[in-house]
Amino acid sequence: MAGVDVSNLTISFPLYHGDARSLKKTLSGALGGRRLSGRFAQDNRNRVTVRALTDISFSLRPGDRLGLIGRNGAGKTTLLRALAGIYEPVEGRVLVRGRIGTLLDTSLGMNPELSGRENIRLRGLFFGLSDKAITEVEQDVETFAGLGSFMDLPLKTYSSGMGVRLSFGLATAIMPQVLIMDEWFMAGDESFMRRAAQRISGLVEGAEILVISTHMPEIVEKWCTRLLWMEQGRVVMDGPTDQVLPAYLEAES
Amino acid sequence: MRPQAPDFCLSHCRLRRGRDTIRRDRTALALAGRLVYRAAMNSDENADAGTQSGDAPMAAGSAAPDHPAVSAEPELRAEIAAQGPEPVLDLRPEKGFAHILHALRDFRQGMALFRLGWMLGWLDIKLRYRGSMLGPFWMTISTAVLVGSMGVLYAALFHIELRVYLPFLSFSLVLWALLGSTVSEGCATFTRSAGLIHAVRMPFSTHVLRVTVRNFLTFLHSVGVIAIVFMIFHITPTLNWQIPASLMLWGVDLYAITLLVGVLGARFRDIPPVSASVMQILFFVTPVLWKPDLIYTGRQYMLLDPCFPFLEIIRGTFMGTPVRPSIWLMAILYSMILWFISFLLFARMRARLAYWV
Repeated sequence: MAGVDVSNLTISFPLYHGDARSLKKTLSGALGGRRLSGRFAQDNRNRVTVRALTDISFSLRPGDRLGLIGRNGAGKTTLLRALAGIYEPVEGRVLVRGRIGTLLDTSLGMNPELSGRENIRLRGLFFGLSDKAITEVEQDVETFAGLGSFMDLPLKTYSSGMGVRLSFGLATAIMPQVLIMDEWFMAGDESFMRRAAQRISGLVEGAEILVISTHMPEIVEKWCTRLLWMEQGRVVMDGPTDQVLPAYLEAES
Repeated sequence: MRPQAPDFCLSHCRLRRGRDTIRRDRTALALAGRLVYRAAMNSDENADAGTQSGDAPMAAGSAAPDHPAVSAEPELRAEIAAQGPEPVLDLRPEKGFAHILHALRDFRQGMALFRLGWMLGWLDIKLRYRGSMLGPFWMTISTAVLVGSMGVLYAALFHIELRVYLPFLSFSLVLWALLGSTVSEGCATFTRSAGLIHAVRMPFSTHVLRVTVRNFLTFLHSVGVIAIVFMIFHITPTLNWQIPASLMLWGVDLYAITLLVGVLGARFRDIPPVSASVMQILFFVTPVLWKPDLIYTGRQYMLLDPCFPFLEIIRGTFMGTPVRPSIWLMAILYSMILWFISFLLFARMRARLAYWV
């Protein structure tokens, strides 16, 4: 049984670069007693940190399709990365049961210099598959993405739509139980979106849980059964789409 | 059942069948390739092209249910099932001993993904030569020229016979190049893989392996030069336990160095210039260009330079000159210290690496 449990998750980024740590600032801060405001904080070693997520808790059961909604910088992508296990929690806990498929970065974690086929092979090796199974994955992705002879050309020659098709096909080919997607993936065109929806619904035993982040209401309405409205790294509202979405749209307008 | 791979346009259906024939008949490649190219481009523009092709996918998908389902994938299913129960990812802030355990787990998972690390390193090398004419032979030629010119010049300067000096120099320089590239490339181990680190959760040791493999493969380019020089001057290695032992020690130490400077380089961006100047100093202090027996006063201090025993265990062994036990002892001692520091640093910082890159 796939499942996601997030409890009291807090993630903050250290600021090492820039002048956050300069001697002058430290001195003036100490003398003037100036407090850092907003999402900036200091940890116990006096480092300046940015709070990306504060005290997030929710859990998902099989069949849940969660949408993360909020403005730019609300912490959606960071939360997705935390779910994928890329950022380990600073406080709190993330528990994910099941194989995770990720579609996070625009660079897709692929090497733009390598061909589509080579990138598929790498992903197959990452999942510990044999050559025979990798060939199957390759065929599956090839059919879905319809890249034709582009499969043997470097990724950098692909149009953005082709890149999206390839990475989506690849992320879903390995039958994830928890599929985590960022909004850039919505760059696909109408026909792609339809086929993508079809493919996901086809993975009944596969993608049991879907988490997507977006700021497009139409997508959320179509794809998600539950919404998490985020603002400044905190959860503003959590509930079924038909309750959260109107509230969100009202607040935004 | 997986979904019927839905086709996005009818013309593409035809093309795919066409593509199967291509595999058998490669002469058709050029023509069909152009057609497929067009199809791929068209599908990108489906949204603009309107309903005509946009609606086709459903029709194609449902009208041809008996289309060979590529996505049946019996092998894939079997293998995923064989991987055991679904993986559980349980992440909490690390405390105390958990650092060590998680770092060990990272190494274990990295070992399981050995093929991936190797493949990544291999592809890095392959990419380096895409579009180059001589490919890997540039490296071999430049090493040969360097060794040849320096060998003749320094043999004269040091008043050593060329027959003695040239094999020594060729071996030293190539080994030092391996060490140098391990340090300089190691600094960027994690920063250069930032895209991959931010895209999927992967053991960090895989990135270290990738760089180690890349450096090793680069080193192999120059091995030919050593072999030729050794053959010309009839140098034969001492065949005993020291050969596998020294190779193994080099392998694990190069890995540890990559790990150490990789973690440091991810956190402090000034590690590359610092390490470059340290290596520069070590290059002249360590007997790389000059033979260790040239020094008389103060030769007991030479063992304080960690590079000397490290270099000597493999150079002495392969050049057939005896390696003193004290040198072996120091090499092993330095390796243990190196591993201790690298491992502790990695264990402490592993969870933070993704935040830094």
